[in-house]
Amino acid sequence: MMIPLKVEKRLAPSRTAGFLVPFISLLLALVFGGVILLVAGANPLTTYKAMFLGAFGSKYSLSETMVKAIPLMLCGLGVSIAFRMLFWNIGAEGQLAVGGIAAAGVALFWADGLPEALLLPTMFVASFVAGALWGLVPALLKAFIRVNEIITTLMMNYIAILWVEYLFYGPWKDPAGYGFPGTAQFPEAAWLPRLPGTRVHLGLTFGIVAAVFIWLVMGRTKWGYEIRVIGENPRAASYAGISLMRNIILVMILSGGLAGLAGMAEVSGISHRLQKGLTVGYGYTAIIVAWLGKLNPWGVLLVAILLAGLLVGGDQIQITMQLPAAVALILQGAILFFMLGGELFTRYRLRLEWMPAEQALSPPPIGGRGSEP
Amino acid sequence: MNPCNDARYRLTLAEGYLDRAEQFYADASWHDCVRDAQAAVENAGKTIVACFTPVEKTHEPAEQVRVLLDEGTIPDPVCEMVVEALPALEALGWREHIQATYGDEATFTPPWELFNETQAEGALTAARRAVVAAGEVYRTLFEPLVQMVGITKRFPGVLANDHIDFEVKAGEVHALLGENGAGKTTLMSILSGLYRADRGEIYIRGQRVNLRSPRDAIELGIGMVHQHFMLVEPHTVAENIVLGLKTPRFFLDTAGAERRITELSEQYGLQVDPRARIWQLSVGEQQRVEILKMLYRGADILILDEPTAVLTPQEVEDLFATLRRMAAEGQAVIFISHKLDEVMAISDRVTVLRHGKVVATVNATETSKGELARMMVGREVLFQVEKKPVKPGKVILRVEGLRALNDKGLLALKDISFTIREGEILGIAGVAGNGQRELAEVITGLRKATAGRIYISQPPNHPTTQPPNHPTAQSPNHLTTQPPSYRDMTNCSPRELIRQRVSHVPEDRLGMGLVPNLAVSDNLILKSYRDPPLAKGPFLDRFSIRNFVARLIEAFSIATPTQETPVRLLSGGNLQRTILAREISIGPRLMVAVHPTRGLDIGATESVRNLLLEQKENGAAILLISEDLEELLALSDRIAVMYEGEIMGIVPAEGADIEEIGLMMAGTESQ
Repeated sequence: MMIPLKVEKRLAPSRTAGFLVPFISLLLALVFGGVILLVAGANPLTTYKAMFLGAFGSKYSLSETMVKAIPLMLCGLGVSIAFRMLFWNIGAEGQLAVGGIAAAGVALFWADGLPEALLLPTMFVASFVAGALWGLVPALLKAFIRVNEIITTLMMNYIAILWVEYLFYGPWKDPAGYGFPGTAQFPEAAWLPRLPGTRVHLGLTFGIVAAVFIWLVMGRTKWGYEIRVIGENPRAASYAGISLMRNIILVMILSGGLAGLAGMAEVSGISHRLQKGLTVGYGYTAIIVAWLGKLNPWGVLLVAILLAGLLVGGDQIQITMQLPAAVALILQGAILFFMLGGELFTRYRLRLEWMPAEQALSPPPIGGRGSEP
Repeated sequence: MNPCNDARYRLTLAEGYLDRAEQFYADASWHDCVRDAQAAVENAGKTIVACFTPVEKTHEPAEQVRVLLDEGTIPDPVCEMVVEALPALEALGWREHIQATYGDEATFTPPWELFNETQAEGALTAARRAVVAAGEVYRTLFEPLVQMVGITKRFPGVLANDHIDFEVKAGEVHALLGENGAGKTTLMSILSGLYRADRGEIYIRGQRVNLRSPRDAIELGIGMVHQHFMLVEPHTVAENIVLGLKTPRFFLDTAGAERRITELSEQYGLQVDPRARIWQLSVGEQQRVEILKMLYRGADILILDEPTAVLTPQEVEDLFATLRRMAAEGQAVIFISHKLDEVMAISDRVTVLRHGKVVATVNATETSKGELARMMVGREVLFQVEKKPVKPGKVILRVEGLRALNDKGLLALKDISFTIREGEILGIAGVAGNGQRELAEVITGLRKATAGRIYISQPPNHPTTQPPNHPTAQSPNHLTTQPPSYRDMTNCSPRELIRQRVSHVPEDRLGMGLVPNLAVSDNLILKSYRDPPLAKGPFLDRFSIRNFVARLIEAFSIATPTQETPVRLLSGGNLQRTILAREISIGPRLMVAVHPTRGLDIGATESVRNLLLEQKENGAAILLISEDLEELLALSDRIAVMYEGEIMGIVPAEGADIEEIGLMMAGTESQ
């Protein structure tokens, strides 16, 4: 039997589908997660409720959500601008790590030599530059000898992550830390100011300013225009005299720099030292954030908060419902999965088609006997 | 009476009688069965007769059929069927049998009771064979192989096909003529299963069909050869031909396939080596492979989408010979084209489309080029563009001993040298793939030269770019006061060349010339967004851009709903106008135009040609690369012919000998 369904390419992406798909995908992901929760012996509805309240239900939980959203925003914005140009920067995690190292280095070793007021700005610049340099390596390799950036950015993550560990286990370990891995606490002048009564710190404004900046760059500047042209048609870009090399390098400086800032925000805003827990996968989740945010800066901000909520909610059900926090990760994966799968429907449509019944040849008229014309 | 209608009437009768005879047989009314079977046979015979000549009452149909056969009136494809049907037609001489037994009176009221089951069965068998044969003969002769009824297809914003009725008979070459955007390719894509019609019905050999994919179409014998070949370059001809077939499950019977391919290529005169690899073949040979691919799959309805665009005149002749041979064997060939000469040369019938509707279907012998052109564009067409005499000024571009490699790393340009003066158009003729593309790319900075020099004259007064917001260039008078100074621009970046006001109308409009997903406005500023007034420092000046774009849209009549519409939604002519508007907006001193009118309809072609001439009058030097000799002759001042990366000769366009150019295109040195 023929399946009476046909997938047809839409001539133009559907706006309705573009609007509906995220919602339906989210719903399907929740249903899918619900099945898993049922198997795990939990009531999906109460679990989801607990997750939601755990993420957005109180001042404390909201603040925690925002805390997690900050690195996701910064990395997500960084990743998204590289993706806009079809440069697949998978290395936000590593760029974040070296940003953290740079900020910690400044806070630990230059604090005495710098005026207090200059300490945070120096850390800011140092982390941006470190992330940018880390991103620059794959960019240069790609621009000049066409090395696949997916591999290089990914590999450089491991270098950065292990370097962080080496530092706080080894040379930068706090001598007064009773042997616990981690550097000494930064002087207070190296702490990012927090919103009173919460852990939400100044990094949030970095994220928002970065989003505005990217939005302005993409929409209003020559550079943003070049990035859009390259992203849509690299051949047309070369034809128009737009340098791919130059743009790959510039974009990766910005992309890596933003991820580097996320590293500074983490060490200087939250942990106040370099320790385990700096690289917990924000850089990878940022890829999801960028993609679900459709590479749009405002979309990235929004999705960063939602995914942060998911993570915080996941932590909450671990406490309140004795469920593994991995539920949140499963949901995160499921949402991405359904969302990307659902993308299909913005470009294609399903059409029900019933085979038209074979038409019988019309019965011939039968006259009287004989065959005269 | 129209033979077709008469034959159809008799066939209907014959089928009706046969049906009833079957029923009587089932009811065991042997006499009634024999009576109706006889009537069926008689009408079947008359059907065959009626197909060729009026039926005469005085003769037995079988007798008349025999006469027709002896006279040789019955044409080849159906002759065999008729011969086979003859015994069935004659086996039923019941009338004589009865007459002989019971006398004349009994003919009309015979004692039917006499017949038994065996006789009824015999009569029925004969009747069946006769009716089937008559049906086949009738259908082969009169019923179209392909019948498309009321085909409607809507794309966003465009009604590509509007209730189109179209039919093709076996044994004809049927041209589908129309401007670009008239809906030809859409219609044929529907027939070949690529698109689905929104409305309408398709009948193949009289059967209603539902084409859901190209595979469905090929199973019904419909094969389409697209403009862009779909071949796997590193594979052999044979491998490409069997690719995608269901039969070789795992192991390829290459030897068997090669044998069959050789047979087919001999049968149709499609010379190609089945073991050659695709990349080694010329474009013409690749096209033969595509045709063979369809024949190998048993296609007897062959659709060719603008097949001659890529061929040399000689190859066109070969192709036409093949098509004629196919038609002679009873296959149907549908030939999509907008070239009137070809349509007149090859087709039996022509269906003209305009704006998604059928204008008319006419016999090629009963029409003229002029009439077709009128139907196609809806008005009288000028085949000549107005070329004002322009006195060429100083040399703008000087190319010396240029060499460059193609994408495969082979030498594509071998010591090319020429000059172009201001106000001059140098046409480059040649069959595609002889280095024209590489030449354009090297001059516009997109490909590196491995040897040789490119010099571009410097404007005496303004060493930098002129403001980009002038839709037309400065008059040449300003430029001729000082002796020119030249700058070596060999292997400069595209950006530096743009700064030198070298504009480039590339061959691949959507792939290189435009950014399909970006707005019309974004595409129009692609060459001038860097400089004031469109840019203010690092920012784009949105107000200036809006004005700039509006002016270009107006000046070049680009039909777009808004400035923000993605450019890919525009039609072919508007895409090219968008590119030209942009390229002219930089005020070009040198313009490299590659196939600027390829695929455009007559109206758009005219406007593009006039734009080029206008630039020439304004003092631009133009390098025009085209496959259309007529276009080159009409526009150029001189024509250089390229063959295998060399310039075979440069001749003045005026009074050029087409034959000489043709010879040079085929590799003969100019005398």
